[in-house]
Amino acid sequence: MPKNTRLAFNHKPLIGDWLVIVASMVAVAVMFQQFWSFAPASQLKIRQGNQIIGTYDLNQARELRIKGPLGESIIVINNGQARFKQSPCPNQYCVHQGWLSHAGQVAICLPNQVSLQLMGAKSKYDSLNY
Amino acid sequence: MEIILIKTTAEDHHIAKLTALAIGLHLLEAVFPSPLPGVKPGIANIVTLYVLYEYGFATAAWVSLLRVFASSLLLGQFLSPTFVLSLSGALLSLVALFLAQHLPKKTFSAISLSIFAAFAHIAGQLIIVRLWLIPHTGVMYLIPIFALAALFFGVINGLITANLLTNLNSRLK
Repeated sequence: MPKNTRLAFNHKPLIGDWLVIVASMVAVAVMFQQFWSFAPASQLKIRQGNQIIGTYDLNQARELRIKGPLGESIIVINNGQARFKQSPCPNQYCVHQGWLSHAGQVAICLPNQVSLQLMGAKSKYDSLNY
Repeated sequence: MEIILIKTTAEDHHIAKLTALAIGLHLLEAVFPSPLPGVKPGIANIVTLYVLYEYGFATAAWVSLLRVFASSLLLGQFLSPTFVLSLSGALLSLVALFLAQHLPKKTFSAISLSIFAAFAHIAGQLIIVRLWLIPHTGVMYLIPIFALAALFFGVINGLITANLLTNLNSRLK
């Protein structure tokens, strides 16, 4: 039997390892900041078909009726949030998505071709327009 | 009737033994439920790293890919999305290891290589998830969690491998 059968913690991280660990930690922190930044939204942009219906302030409570090919979609703005309240579409995905409050959040009603997009102080990367 | 004999070399036997060890670790890990789907320690990668240091890249690639195929067959996941994720992760971490093996050994040990391999592994998986399984930008929200898990388990697996290597080498002397 060899003398040293006990598993010993002999190897300590080298300088390069520490560099890699610290760099990775920074990278992970940046990722959290980049992908998990839930900036509060200030404005709501509504689109119908290929045109922008308007940009509305989220601090003013109001109800909007947007005409689409199927009928009227009712959109409610309240307390810095917005949602589809009623929609003539068959599956109601847009209504079920509920309140939107973060910048960059989107709710789309494809059948009625109405989309809501929340805008922050500055517009972020988004998959609709990029 | 002719009997077909496959001639095996000593290296084949070596690869088979090491792969068996990797499969064992892979199956052991598959038994334990994960708190987050997709987040796993990846202890089978310890074998890949160990083989890379002791036998070179070609053997490590064999062991890693054979492990992915054999484990998926044993778990009944062959050609399923789980298998594709496993394979894409293994392939990308092999690419990372292929590049990282040329780093100076005096400054970068198995710990660095393990971290690179872990990051490459989740990158390979997330690419498949984004392109094929969940083609939605919402997948982006998962990136930080997976990256954090990769860093954590990358360091642990690297520490295990590095200590395994130093302990074995000091024992042989």
